Amino acid sequence: MRNQSRITFYLLLTPLVLWLGLLIIIPHIDMLLISLRERISFGVYETSLSQYEKALTEPLYLRTFWRTAVMSVLATVITLLIAFPVAYYIAKMAKGRLQQVLFLLCLIPFYVSELVRTFGWMILLRETGLISSLLQWVGLADQPVELLYTDATMMVGLVYTSMLFMVVPLVTTLESLDDSVIEAGYDLGGSGFSVLREIIIPHAMPGIVSGCIVVFMLSLGNYLTPTMLGGKDSLWFTEMIYNQFIVRSNWELGAAFGFMLLVLSSVIVWGMLRLTGRTLKETMG
Amino acid sequence: MTRTILLAGTMLAGLASVAQADTLRLLTWGGYAPEDVVAKFEEETGHTVEVTKSNNEEMIAKLRATGGGGFDLAQPSQDRIMGPQMEFGIYKPIDVSKLNKDLFIPSMLEATMGNTTVNGDVYGVPHVWGTSGLVMNTAEAGDVVKDYTDLCAEEVAGKVSYRLKRPTLIGFAFAMGEDPFAAYDDEAKYAEIMEKVEAKLIECKANVKTYWGGGDELMNLLRSGEVTASMAWDTGGWKLNDDNADLTFVAPASGALGWIDTFVLPAKGQADDVAYEWINFVMQPEIAAMITAAAGNFTASAGADEFAEDSLKAKYQASFPQEAIDNIKWYPPVPAGLETIEGEVLDRVQAAN
Amino acid sequence: MTPDLECVDLVKRFDDTAAVNNVSFSVPPGSFFSILGPSGCGKTTIMRMIAGFLDPTSGDIRIKGGSVLDTPPNKRPVNMVFQHLALFPMMTIAENIGYGLRRRGMAKGEIGRKVDEALDRIGLPGIGARKVDELSGGQKQRVAIARCMVLEPDVLLLDEPLGALDLKLREHMKVELKALQAAFDTTFVYITHDQSEALVMSDQIAVMNAGQFEQVGTGQDLYYRPDTPFVAGFIGESNRWKGRIERAEGGNLQLRTDSGLAIRATGMGLSEGARAEIFVRPESIRLAASADALAEFDNQLTGTVTSLLFNGAASRVLVRDTAGETLEVTLPQSGEFASLKRGDAIHIGWGAGQASCFEAS
Repeated sequence: MRNQSRITFYLLLTPLVLWLGLLIIIPHIDMLLISLRERISFGVYETSLSQYEKALTEPLYLRTFWRTAVMSVLATVITLLIAFPVAYYIAKMAKGRLQQVLFLLCLIPFYVSELVRTFGWMILLRETGLISSLLQWVGLADQPVELLYTDATMMVGLVYTSMLFMVVPLVTTLESLDDSVIEAGYDLGGSGFSVLREIIIPHAMPGIVSGCIVVFMLSLGNYLTPTMLGGKDSLWFTEMIYNQFIVRSNWELGAAFGFMLLVLSSVIVWGMLRLTGRTLKETMG
Repeated sequence: MTRTILLAGTMLAGLASVAQADTLRLLTWGGYAPEDVVAKFEEETGHTVEVTKSNNEEMIAKLRATGGGGFDLAQPSQDRIMGPQMEFGIYKPIDVSKLNKDLFIPSMLEATMGNTTVNGDVYGVPHVWGTSGLVMNTAEAGDVVKDYTDLCAEEVAGKVSYRLKRPTLIGFAFAMGEDPFAAYDDEAKYAEIMEKVEAKLIECKANVKTYWGGGDELMNLLRSGEVTASMAWDTGGWKLNDDNADLTFVAPASGALGWIDTFVLPAKGQADDVAYEWINFVMQPEIAAMITAAAGNFTASAGADEFAEDSLKAKYQASFPQEAIDNIKWYPPVPAGLETIEGEVLDRVQAAN
Repeated sequence: MTPDLECVDLVKRFDDTAAVNNVSFSVPPGSFFSILGPSGCGKTTIMRMIAGFLDPTSGDIRIKGGSVLDTPPNKRPVNMVFQHLALFPMMTIAENIGYGLRRRGMAKGEIGRKVDEALDRIGLPGIGARKVDELSGGQKQRVAIARCMVLEPDVLLLDEPLGALDLKLREHMKVELKALQAAFDTTFVYITHDQSEALVMSDQIAVMNAGQFEQVGTGQDLYYRPDTPFVAGFIGESNRWKGRIERAEGGNLQLRTDSGLAIRATGMGLSEGARAEIFVRPESIRLAASADALAEFDNQLTGTVTSLLFNGAASRVLVRDTAGETLEVTLPQSGEFASLKRGDAIHIGWGAGQASCFEAS
């Protein structure tokens, strides 16, 4: 009997171990090793830290690295600010059918691929696009307005892409908050703001933290949106990794970049959990 | 991360297709293996063809990730064969005797074989060729833009687009009166040329609306009139010409940049015979004409011109008077190390304000 | 004396249905007032209007004489103990109790003192640092009340707060709630569908049905002198019949039920020939071994025991009379009928005054 359950346990564990091992751990070890190499000449490599040295001393790389981090944090904050009222409305104000419809509406953008979505934004925002034409027609602009290729556009794209991943955990946690707890907050003299601050937000904290982590990771790892909507100066770190691996065939530097990104996201997620005083277990469990 | 995905993907692909040797896994460009051609080949030979569309950089990256496995036939440009082969050994020599040499334009075959010879072995034979130059609205920018550097003219400010890739660096270098190809073997000289190009591109940055990434993106920009002059492939200009007679490809004064996409055998390819069969099949004039119709570019197939559409020939002749053809700068093989120099230049241009 | 709470012609409509239809009542200071009714009768709607979470369609709500219609819930001098208590799970017990005081901007030290005082009052000193989920059901109950009482509200609303507790604890909390009310000397308005809760604790009970008050009175009033058939049927248990009045002399009536049983009863305002509903409580029916023992009663029947329902003090016998009618009769626990068993012949009887009669609707 005991033996049998042990076999079942290992059988169930196997796919996970294979998945983690083959697709995550082994490639990462491989990548770490690659990042520690330096090309001397044709097919000759030496172990060195020169890739990291290059990554950390070249102003462009560093600038892009920080820019990507800061913009991702900003995108996360904006997404949270927009998603919270939306989630609150869906979870607490909307009833029955309306609730389902609204939830579905949040899902609709994900019925098409990210590429198509991004192209959609480009059609809307380009100089000869819908919004520019509309502004001219209304009379707010006397010549075509270019809304693409700026950081703001890129931010719009990032927030739009991440919205759902913030709304879902927020709706889930907010729904679990008993209406009467909110009412009790008011009943005992709380104002809208204090009820939000002392009752709703503390309750929604697990959702906020897990939503933020997901959105931050998504933004940090996004490739299409920054490349297509961003401007001439808008280098994104993933774009640099792609460039090093694919365009420059410089796997060593690309791998070093990849590791820097991994460390960055780990540090920021850890920081986020520390800041909110939560453990990963509480947030994910 | 990218590598992880590549690795996993190619591993799975590799596992799946070990058993069937008469499947041709073709790594190529969009339009080089149109459906009708594939169907015809499958019907005649009984083999199956799996087409994966890609570009130069990704082809090499994919083959590098697997040490030359996962595909049976690939089509990188001729200048991208020698370097990667010396560095990573991802190709295997081509047995030219298995090909029907009569199907190729002799001069082009000779030149390509010469450019892709490493240690006495030939690694590539030509397939499709074309050029990159200026694609523009001749009515609006025709008088101003005659060469790449004219893209920096004030008259077209904000209405210009080009890629941040190596052809741009090479094109600008020629337009600035340099000869980067001649400096290929002299790294110091090359770096010096690139420095000048870098200064020019940074100066020119304000003029650029956006650095385009994908062909469709540029087509949209030109079609909508948001961009009036750009640096792009000849086929793009000819396609746009169908919709708007003002839009077309113009060979720049300093010369269009000529490229030849080839056939190479990946080092771990498993269906070499089918690959040779495919090459001999698609180089037949009628088939080559079908590919020209799909891709918009001419092939190295001798006699295929006869079968090509007249409209395409007309556009080609309009863009390329005889002196422009003579002036085409064909990419020589890229020596290792240059791409590092170019990469740093491109990074600095992108970072400049 | 001004009542603590007064509702005047209170109406609340949702679309076309009137959840609360013209309800007026007043609650004198320091009393325990219950609204008793089946679920869906509108009692929760009244409570939510008093608390301020719903606006009445028409009518007025006055607290200590002043209308509070324009006062938002967080400013009303009423507080509410919710059905599931609604303690703040993210706060400690002390923070829960101190929440309202913090909102009033009270100094920290004073809040601490008041919280400790409230914890003493509810008999749970020293639990301030604990988390909500470390408390038992009864303790949470007391904390929920303390959380409101530190604010010294004019009226405390309680929305079926015992509903979630198990039976034993519920019995215990009934007594305790009454004691707390006396200790705090605050007006309690309590809504429930459980008549026992209402009867045990309340000074005044309003029985509510379909958006209206059927009767307001003390427990005794409702039990012994129901005004309407609904109250008679809802409070306590009854044998009930429908029938026709054959003779009416003042308050004394002679009826015949639809099943043919002749009954003497009392009831006002009913005339001969009218349809009526008759209610007789099982505990007002006397059992006897012989007909002689029942000579004093207006109604006397003979029947056989069909079933014995033992339930301690509330044990019953089902008696089928000769006409085939089955009546529920309380089994006295005096030992007199200890040997009673199924199939025994038995005599039952009750006075006309014990049979309430109402005009049938």
